[in-house]
Amino acid sequence: MNVTRRETLAIGTGAAALTLLPLNAAFAATEDAIAAFTGGAEVVEGGVTLTAPEIAENGNTVPIEVAAEGAAEIMVLAAGNPNPDVATFKFGPLAGAREASTRIRLAQTQDVIAIAKLEDGTFHRASQEVKVTIGGCGG
Amino acid sequence: MASGVKPRVKVPATATAGEVITIKTLISHTMESGQRKDSDGNTIPRSIINRFHVTFNDETVIDVVLEPAISTNPYFEFQATVPESGTFNFTWYDDDGSVYEDSKEVSVG
Repeated sequence: MNVTRRETLAIGTGAAALTLLPLNAAFAATEDAIAAFTGGAEVVEGGVTLTAPEIAENGNTVPIEVAAEGAAEIMVLAAGNPNPDVATFKFGPLAGAREASTRIRLAQTQDVIAIAKLEDGTFHRASQEVKVTIGGCGG
Repeated sequence: MASGVKPRVKVPATATAGEVITIKTLISHTMESGQRKDSDGNTIPRSIINRFHVTFNDETVIDVVLEPAISTNPYFEFQATVPESGTFNFTWYDDDGSVYEDSKEVSVG
C-alpha cells in the first residue's frame, strides 16, 4: 500500500483528534455546568478572587478560597475532574462577607474555575491552574 | 455512612452587636465519591454529604451544595454577621437521608 505524504498528514490529524476527544468531553461538561448556572448570560472575567495553591502535592485535599464582593452565589468547578462540579456557595442575609474556604479533590493538574453570580444579576469568573502531584480520585 | 459522623464547629462565645465573626466547621465523613473501586474492581457507591446549611436565629448565613469533589471530612470556613444574641444552627444533609446537626450560642454584650 502506497501512502502519499498528503494521506500521512490526514492520518496524523485524525489520530491527534482522537486523543483529544476525552479532553473535549470534559471541557464540554464544564461548559454545560457553567451554562446551567448562568442560564446563558455573559460571564465577565475578573471580580472574583479564587485562591488556590499553584502546586498541590496531594490532590485529595486542596485548600481553596473564593471571594466576590456582592455575590449572591459562587460556584466552583474543576475542569479536569470526572465530574466538574465541586460546590456552590449561596450567601444568606447574615453572611458577614461573601467569601468561603474549603478543601477539594482534584484528579489531575487542571484549571479550577470560580463563577460568581452577583446580586445585580451579572456573572463573573476567575480561574487558576493547580498542578497536582498525586491525583485525588482513588484511580 | 451514618455512624461515626462527628460535627465540630468553632464559633466565638461572645461578640459585639453587628460584628462579623469567622466560623470554622469540620465534620468527619468519608465522602465516598463514587469514583473509587474496591479490591475486586467493583465501584464503591457514592455516599456523600450533599448540603450544608447554616442559620442564625432562623436567618440563612450560608447554604452550600456539595459535590463528590469535596474532600473527606468536609471543612468550611466563612464569615457571619451577629446582629444580636442568638443561636447558630448547623445542618449537614447526607445522601442516605441522615441529617447531622450542631448548634452554638453567641451572646452579644
